[in-house]
Amino acid sequence: MRFDTVIIGGGLAGLVSSISLQQAGQRTAIISTGQNALHFFSGSFESMEEAPRRTVELFAEAGIRLHYSPGVRLTPLGTFRDAALSLEDISLFPTPQFGRKILLVSFMGYLDFFTSFLAEGLEKQGMSCRIRSLDLPEMEQLEQSPSEMRSVQIARTMDRIWEKVVQEIRVLLRDEDTVVLPQVFGLQDTSVPGRIRQGIPARVVFAGTMPPSVPGIRTQMLLKRRYEVLGGTYLMGDEATGADVRDGRVRSIATKNLDTHGLEAGHFILASGSYFSKGLRSNPFRINEPVFGLDVDYAEDRNRWYHPDFSGEQPYMGYGVRTDAVLHGIRDGQPIRNLYAIGSILGRTRPELGSAAGLAIRSAFVAVDEILKSDPE
Amino acid sequence: MKLQEYTESKYNFEECMKCTVCTAYCPVLQVNPLYPGPKQAGPDGERLRLKDPYFFNYALKYCMNCKRCEVVCPSGVKVADLIQAARIKYDRSKPKLRDRILASTDFMGSLARPFAPVVNGVTGLGITKTALDTLLKIERQRTFPRYSARSFEAWLRRREKEQAAFPEQVSYFHGCYVNYNEPKLGKDLVKVLNALGVGVRLLEKEKCCGIALITNGMSEDATRHARHNVSVLRKAVSEGRKVVTTSSSCTLTLRDEYPNLLGVDNADVRDALLMATRYIFERIEAGAQLRFRTDYHRKVAYHVPCHMERLGWGIFSEKLLRMIPGLEFTLLDSACCGMAGTYGFKKENYAASQAVGAPLFEQIRAVSPDIVACDCETCKWQIEMSTGYTVQNPVSILADALDE
Repeated sequence: MRFDTVIIGGGLAGLVSSISLQQAGQRTAIISTGQNALHFFSGSFESMEEAPRRTVELFAEAGIRLHYSPGVRLTPLGTFRDAALSLEDISLFPTPQFGRKILLVSFMGYLDFFTSFLAEGLEKQGMSCRIRSLDLPEMEQLEQSPSEMRSVQIARTMDRIWEKVVQEIRVLLRDEDTVVLPQVFGLQDTSVPGRIRQGIPARVVFAGTMPPSVPGIRTQMLLKRRYEVLGGTYLMGDEATGADVRDGRVRSIATKNLDTHGLEAGHFILASGSYFSKGLRSNPFRINEPVFGLDVDYAEDRNRWYHPDFSGEQPYMGYGVRTDAVLHGIRDGQPIRNLYAIGSILGRTRPELGSAAGLAIRSAFVAVDEILKSDPE
Repeated sequence: MKLQEYTESKYNFEECMKCTVCTAYCPVLQVNPLYPGPKQAGPDGERLRLKDPYFFNYALKYCMNCKRCEVVCPSGVKVADLIQAARIKYDRSKPKLRDRILASTDFMGSLARPFAPVVNGVTGLGITKTALDTLLKIERQRTFPRYSARSFEAWLRRREKEQAAFPEQVSYFHGCYVNYNEPKLGKDLVKVLNALGVGVRLLEKEKCCGIALITNGMSEDATRHARHNVSVLRKAVSEGRKVVTTSSSCTLTLRDEYPNLLGVDNADVRDALLMATRYIFERIEAGAQLRFRTDYHRKVAYHVPCHMERLGWGIFSEKLLRMIPGLEFTLLDSACCGMAGTYGFKKENYAASQAVGAPLFEQIRAVSPDIVACDCETCKWQIEMSTGYTVQNPVSILADALDE
């Protein structure tokens, strides 16, 4: 089967690049080994320094509203991190002191939202906190299977009963100026977080839970739907197993499910992520990129892969594939002219593009612009 | 120090990183609180079961084996295989009479076929439904598949010579459904393949693929079927033929469940076994042509069945349907219909089965197509009963659109 561009990896980088290419009139396919890092998405894009109109428009067309306001976001552990661009329901603050008195609300039996960590972190910033857990009869069914009482299961219930949660919180609320709730709203119905904010007479902040991330899954669903509406082919659960590379160009790639049926294209994008999604593989002797065998930047001496301080910055997290300035993947020192590496497979090899979600989007746009300006084969 | 270079474990269960992505996509977990969910039932439970079989949980029977957990797993863990393998290994309960009846699709088909008009009349009666519901716990609200008076095998056997005259041949694993319930689908396949210059042959007496035997706790019978089927497939393949199928669940069973769950080696025939839509697409890609009618106008919504999703071959049916001029194509969101073969027939699963399918039914109503396209017969039963929309296999849609 032949496409204009084949994208390996269906996460943020893969979706943003393929949606842009479909919009420009290309026929593309995404190969995705299972679900992706959007399932762990905080809802904020770090290190996107300038006003990102192109990103905001692309997301808006998929039905996802973003807001741009450089500052900090609240982490699930009650600390703060720099952020500039967020999903509409994820708050950004100019400084960590976003309120005076905080009501932290969770649900009985829900273990994946750390209210006491949050309270400790907020109190360090001089805010006073009160913690309450709601006990709702509608959640009894979920409580029967406590090990699976997770964000997504709760979110499915919340899409139905969020109005009741609003009423309960209105009763609980005393003199607090801010209510902090877990990010378990608006999985299917994206209007719910906004309606909750309207219904509660205090500022409402949605804070992160343990994975899976509800705003992340919502983002994934909407981007994937947008891609399919544009006519893109999303091959979920398949895996690129090898590539036919000749004379400095990729001709086709093979996948696990399509076995002998190769996927041909004029351009290829490698957005297969880092170690978790097996975009990079490691063993005690080396780190490699399994599909094309691209050159990977890493220390020869394995003892230098790790930092002895567990919570310190770990060098292995910075390793990534080598590229030239426009992100052509490099193999044996030579760039492959129709292959672009984007997203977290770059590690920190291209610090000018930012980190994590910011890196995914900015590198995706670099590759898209190169592809659209190069001659089709 | 000797280091292990690669970690390998059966069904890749050591690769599970506890990321919980599977639990977000399990259709059963969303509707049935008795089911522990794919992570608990699969890799988490496996660690315990390996210590002591005492930890086997009978609630694993609520798994529909839709394989969606495997499709979404970022780490390549064969979650559904782990669950089904555990049921095969540890479940000591005897299958009920009802489950034996539901699982014996070819035996029931051969019994019912000669009396098809009577059987079809009787299974549609309220009193029969009440009796089946009360005595056997087969849900009374379910519409039963109709039987055909003439089997597909008999129809094709009468055309052996005519089919042998084509320059090329494929063998067809038609499965129980085409043989006993809808021979028309088999005839449609013959029509499309003939138009490509390919003749269709029967295998040397195929048996039911055995998928319903596996899920109903009759894996020994399933293994016998598997050994038999692999030997007849081997014969066709050794004579240089591909083997095509029109049911995604039969195909997944023949290709993947045989080696992975039943331990029946099919390595020498697996690559030759293809869904008909993949085979047809590849013929067209290689230069063959299908001529379509110019007056065909239909709005078609394509539902990719779970097992087609697992095979990763929905793309072939989609691309073929999109080739038909005058066909307005919509791809439905990837979601389980809730039927899962015999699962939805069982009284205890009926409510869950309908709840699982609800979002899909809703989307179909919103699209309001002329036809829902789908490569699976049990999805067809569920969608037709629950939405009232007509469901056709993509092969039948191709056959209808052909210019003769």
